Amino acid sequence: MSAPILAVEGLTMRFGGLLAVDQLSLSAARGEITAIIGPNGAGKTTVFNCLTGFYRPTGGSITVTHENGETFRLERLPQHHIVRDARIARTFQNIRLFGGMTVLENLMVAQHNRLMREGARLPLALVGFGPYMRREAAAVDRARFWLERTGLIERADDAAASLPYGAQRRLEIARAMCTEPQLLCLDEPAAGLNPRESDALNELILFIRDTGADGRGCSVLLIEHDMSVVMTISDHIVVLDYGRKIADGAPAAIREDPKVIAAYLGVDEEEALAVDAALQKQ
Amino acid sequence: MDYALQQLVNGLTLGMIYGLIALGYTMVYGIIGMINFAHGDVFMIGAFISLISFILLGMGGITAVPIALVLVLAIAMCFTALYGFAVERVAYRPLRGSFRLAPLISAIGMSIFLQNFVQVAQGARVKPLEPVVTGGIVLMEGGTFTVTISAMQIIIILTTLVVLTIFTLIVARTPLGRAMRACEQDQRMAKLLGIDVDRTISLTFVIGAALAAVAGMMYLLYYGVIDFFIGFVAGVKAFTAAVLGGIGSLPGAVLGGLLIGLIETFWSAYFSVQYKDVAAFSILALTLLFMPSGLLGRHDVEKV
Amino acid sequence: MAQAGFPAIVKDAGLAALVALGVGAPLLGLQTVPGERGLDLVTRPGLLLATVCAVFVGRLLLGLFLANRRSAARSAARRAADAPPRIGLTPMQRVGKMVAPAFLALAVLMPVLPGIGRYEIDLGTLVLTYVMLGWGLNIVVGLAGLLDLGYVAFYAVGAYGYALLAKFFDLSFWAALPLTGLLAAAWGIILGFPVLRLRGDYLAIVTLAFGEIIRVVLLNWTSLTGGPNGMSGIPRPTFFGLPFSMSGGEGTFAGFFGLEPSPIHRVMFLYYIILALALITNFVTIRLRRHPVGRAWEALREDEIASRALGLSVVAVKLTAFATGAMFGGFAGAFFATRQGFISPESFTFIESALILAIVVLGGMGSQLGVAIAATLMIGGFEVFRGLDEYRMLVFGLAMVAIMVWRPRGLISSREPSVSLGARRNVGAEHVAEGKG
Repeated sequence: MSAPILAVEGLTMRFGGLLAVDQLSLSAARGEITAIIGPNGAGKTTVFNCLTGFYRPTGGSITVTHENGETFRLERLPQHHIVRDARIARTFQNIRLFGGMTVLENLMVAQHNRLMREGARLPLALVGFGPYMRREAAAVDRARFWLERTGLIERADDAAASLPYGAQRRLEIARAMCTEPQLLCLDEPAAGLNPRESDALNELILFIRDTGADGRGCSVLLIEHDMSVVMTISDHIVVLDYGRKIADGAPAAIREDPKVIAAYLGVDEEEALAVDAALQKQ
Repeated sequence: MDYALQQLVNGLTLGMIYGLIALGYTMVYGIIGMINFAHGDVFMIGAFISLISFILLGMGGITAVPIALVLVLAIAMCFTALYGFAVERVAYRPLRGSFRLAPLISAIGMSIFLQNFVQVAQGARVKPLEPVVTGGIVLMEGGTFTVTISAMQIIIILTTLVVLTIFTLIVARTPLGRAMRACEQDQRMAKLLGIDVDRTISLTFVIGAALAAVAGMMYLLYYGVIDFFIGFVAGVKAFTAAVLGGIGSLPGAVLGGLLIGLIETFWSAYFSVQYKDVAAFSILALTLLFMPSGLLGRHDVEKV
Repeated sequence: MAQAGFPAIVKDAGLAALVALGVGAPLLGLQTVPGERGLDLVTRPGLLLATVCAVFVGRLLLGLFLANRRSAARSAARRAADAPPRIGLTPMQRVGKMVAPAFLALAVLMPVLPGIGRYEIDLGTLVLTYVMLGWGLNIVVGLAGLLDLGYVAFYAVGAYGYALLAKFFDLSFWAALPLTGLLAAAWGIILGFPVLRLRGDYLAIVTLAFGEIIRVVLLNWTSLTGGPNGMSGIPRPTFFGLPFSMSGGEGTFAGFFGLEPSPIHRVMFLYYIILALALITNFVTIRLRRHPVGRAWEALREDEIASRALGLSVVAVKLTAFATGAMFGGFAGAFFATRQGFISPESFTFIESALILAIVVLGGMGSQLGVAIAATLMIGGFEVFRGLDEYRMLVFGLAMVAIMVWRPRGLISSREPSVSLGARRNVGAEHVAEGKG
């Protein structure tokens, strides 16, 4: 097996006196869906923020290895290179769309770096001629592809802010996929979805894992509270509590791990019940 | 050394005036998040009302200096506060909760209006006032240079300190102060808890304008001349002071005011008078470069 | 005041009059005049009374008007609920589509229309200068959402840049024009760097400070800029090398074309130069909006965090916006210098920045047509009220307040998408963000 797409070693993130992530090591295998779960405040989103360059970690290393063997040390990269070169994309827990731009425009912004590389800098591109225009048409096609996959094609010319909640979540995923990532980080994508939407989401995430942006699949890192989603689609689960990893393994192993159950029971009854319900269902 | 001490006294005096105006900016910013561009002109109006009151009292035969000072201060604060109230009602309240730039433009319009209103109503000429208070205390008798603190400077510094104390007590101890702080945190929640938000905002403007009136009177006494244009320059300086101290922070406004006053005074004394504004602005830009929320401002990180 | 009946409206007007009395008493009721010793006071009860009455009547009428409009709006809403939904463009929108071409045709033909004299063309030139400045600032404020209160600095850089290039390197207007744009853009980047991390009002005050710093330096660097006396004798533009001269000689514009020499030629020529410059600004902006760079500006305005997560370099996006906006300001400055032949720091005060910003906001941020209409209204309106003399600025300030209260989001607040799959539909103002920068 090749090197994991993501290897986190001894990641530490300290905010003043608060140790949000403590010596965390985890890895995500290529072509798999890795879920990060844990009670509220366990440091999951902080890990995402370190991965995607919003925070500079206090310590530790984050290594991304592409299929061709190229490696990137994310903790040293400027943020825009993390997306452009290491090819990591993310969504947000509280949806962040460009609300006043249309759905299609949102997806075009996501392709900014590629379009700039493909000749948008040429003066001809500015006046609307030249080979660049073909590239732009290709970008619209790519956007169209993801709009069809996410069922948003009918709403392509509407303002992103005017979409219903579930559609906004899907749009955010479509937008992240338009950057053509190798690793997609989803922060609670199922939050607030109804069961039908949640099922569609599962399908979408599985499609992304197997097909991805270029037909070769895309690894997925997933933060989720909805245990039915986690247990259904994850290939691998990492459990965090108080910024530390308390368990790591296949879903079947995690669901019987006493430490995990204790963490959930000890912290949040509601979530512990959710785990329990998920166990019953499986 | 003596020379520097003298500049320190002068700089503190000027800084107190800036600090008083800066408080008005920072209070309004704290509560409704807008730059009240007309605040400098409210200060100018305070100075004009003080001037007119002095003349009125003189004509009425009240010449005992302490009584005159207190009376003028009271009159100026009352009438200028009314201006603060009117400005908020006319130019800002209809725009509450709308788009960020609309109140800013409205404020700039209000500033242009007030300036020209005073120009039309009172004439464009510079208005002099005979010195009301004279004399001073010699602090240090040096060989070449004598350090003095004038009675005027003592009055300015003392009055400012008294006003600041009262103001701090209002904000920290009274129900009004609590309501103001609550509106600052979360207007909607404050409303749900039964705070009259409109009234609180109105009172914020009223208090800010009253403080500006104090500053206007001090300016008049200190410089002895005013015109309709003093509001712009002083306003920009005071706003700079508020931002330097961290906009929204009350102690920051006073600290910023003192710093700007000192920087200007020392720069003029040791380098060049022409570039004193450049010095003040450059310090502001440099400070913000390293502390993007000012010296005492809340450092709010946008949550990802 | 809400569900106001007539008595409540009268009461409200009465309160307004009372406030007007208090506000007016010291400054309107009393006037300081130079007396024998210091200042004397004269009383003006008539003026005060008139003002108070005017406020009462004005507030009363406004109250009645608003109450009337509210009930009209309610019945209109009822009617609209009953009517079938409308498909396609409303008649208003159809008219709207014709406005821009009509405006353009009028601008191109204006100088040759009958009844248009030198004064009108000069006014047109002035309006177009502000249209161009508005469009330039619109890139920074309207598209990228960065609040710039010191835009006049770039106007000044362009003007002084041309004046200095002409003085020391003997460059003609046409040779210097591209350089002034580059110079201003460079200043845009230099001033942009320190403010990259600043947001909102911190950004506003620092840009204001930069504008003032540049003005103070121009004012005091007497050996280079002439200080308060400014720079004069700035060369006028030539028509492909042909100067405009009253001599009508062989090498002049009039002589070459066999025309009677007339000062109107240069006036018209200047008009067409600024028209061309403004149209270039407009064209570039429209193209840039459909270009990744322009989309990145708008994305930054909408949500900076999301932009960063998509790999946009915030530094590059902000600096290109500052530089592009500054460049057009620089062009406009060079034009200003060559048109006036004389420049001084007085032309580059904060009030200019405020005016340009007001044009952008009034126009509706981001809307090219809106900015053009706003510039025409503000500058044209300002000229129309020339007869008011000293009351002109008074009215101007009040009008700014009134317009903002009337239309807080500007004249044209909906946003046109830069790309679409089907028919292009404008995005309603309620969705468009205004930026935090």
